[in-house]
Amino acid sequence: MATTQYLFAGFGGQGILFSGKFLAYKGLSENNQVSWLPSYGPEMRGGTASCSVIISDTAIGSPIVSKPDVLVAMNLPSLDKYEDSVASGGTIFVDSTLIERKVKRTDVKVHYINATGLANENNMPTLANMIIVGKVMAEMGQFNKEGIDAALSKVISARHANMLEFNLKALNLGKEN
Amino acid sequence: MKGNEAIAEAAIIAGCRHYFGYPITPQTEIAAYMAKRMPKIGGCFLQAESEIAAINMVYGVASTGHRVMTSSSSPGVSLKGEGLSYLAGADMPALIVNVQRGGPGLGGIQPSQSDYFQATKGGAHGDFHMIVLAPASVQEMADLTVKGFELADKYRMTSMILADGTMGQMMEPVSLDFDVKPAPEKPWATNGTNLEREHNITNSLFLSPEKLEEENFKRYERYKVIEENETMYEEYMMEDAEICVTAFGIASRVAKNAIDEARKQGIKVGLIRPITLWPFPVAPFKKAAEQVKGIISVELSMGQMIEDVRLASECKVPVTLCNRAGGMIPSPEQVLEAIISMNNGGAK
Repeated sequence: MATTQYLFAGFGGQGILFSGKFLAYKGLSENNQVSWLPSYGPEMRGGTASCSVIISDTAIGSPIVSKPDVLVAMNLPSLDKYEDSVASGGTIFVDSTLIERKVKRTDVKVHYINATGLANENNMPTLANMIIVGKVMAEMGQFNKEGIDAALSKVISARHANMLEFNLKALNLGKEN
Repeated sequence: MKGNEAIAEAAIIAGCRHYFGYPITPQTEIAAYMAKRMPKIGGCFLQAESEIAAINMVYGVASTGHRVMTSSSSPGVSLKGEGLSYLAGADMPALIVNVQRGGPGLGGIQPSQSDYFQATKGGAHGDFHMIVLAPASVQEMADLTVKGFELADKYRMTSMILADGTMGQMMEPVSLDFDVKPAPEKPWATNGTNLEREHNITNSLFLSPEKLEEENFKRYERYKVIEENETMYEEYMMEDAEICVTAFGIASRVAKNAIDEARKQGIKVGLIRPITLWPFPVAPFKKAAEQVKGIISVELSMGQMIEDVRLASECKVPVTLCNRAGGMIPSPEQVLEAIISMNNGGAK
């Protein structure tokens, strides 16, 4: 891995920024350079939310991801908006519960995962984001326990320690589906 | 850590125990962080009723010799203008943070660099400058905050951190391991005489023009020393460069991506990144003007720093602008196009 640019997109409340932060901390725990840049402002109030994450083994230039290697689309407007921007040969992860259409591009890999559906079935309706992140790590060959534990301990505060177990379960669900 | 939080924590490490502010996107995390931390360390966090009130509270604390700061974003900094001028007139050290957003007017809330003129050419009425520091990473948000306090105390003037929405909102790893120099003695501070000395007075009103002129000349003597000793910049791949790109803050990060790509295509291009915007790093541009065939200024504005670049390079080579404005950020592709165009002689 030299540099991987991730773009997470969905609507406010899906944990888009959280999942990006998790992946950035995981990259950091594995001695990479990382950057995390959220969209901010009025569009977050019920509208679209997105964040750029870059994980690299060399110094990171611009923290803005305009041609993602990996796009995680958690609603239709996000797929519509960012599908064309994905680098050729890149990968798109689609929450197929919420997005009915297929990806049109033929020069990218695509994974459809029933993330929101799985989250609801497993009584963790707020963790569709982590299910999809589990899938991302599994497909990118980066699902390893040490990094995951280190990152979860950073993004989940002590006050919410009871959520650790659910997040781990969600990541594993993503990996297996 | 977010850039805004890095500024707040670095300020605390630098010994700042007084923060006054008024919320405005995209810098509100600084105030939020201070609100949480200051009470725990015996400091003072106060959300003022307005930006104008906040800057005058800063004036008050600065007069007592304590390290003090305020932060805001573009329209809020305009409101602080009067106070900035008073601080300058009374030679008071303080740190001001501007996490810029698009303008003019209330503008938008997305990142911008369009307060360059305001920051570097004074910031309000009267003859004065602020030391203006432009961070390009979350680490520098912290480093330059500490540096800003040190310079402010050293020269008895305000330092400004001129960041932008991206720098404030992004997270990067940051090391907060600082060796902070203790604040110098401040015999001028209005901190109580204990009946052992004459009263100190801090004031910016001088009704005698002779006296006011003398104060201004003295201040500008000090500015000369700062220009000679405190200029900071970074050069990237300038050794053999035939084209020079210049940019500060977030624009320099985008420019580096474009430069790396251009180098892959065999174009000899480098970067001069001013870190102090005032004092402006004249020397590297003077040198570059003898070496390169043109300079490209990449800015998130309609072209403000470009004027200083032209002055510094004495217009010996063409200087072109590559910009977006109003909260938009140039893409590496746009900068690369500008480099290729100049390489093909497009600038002439």
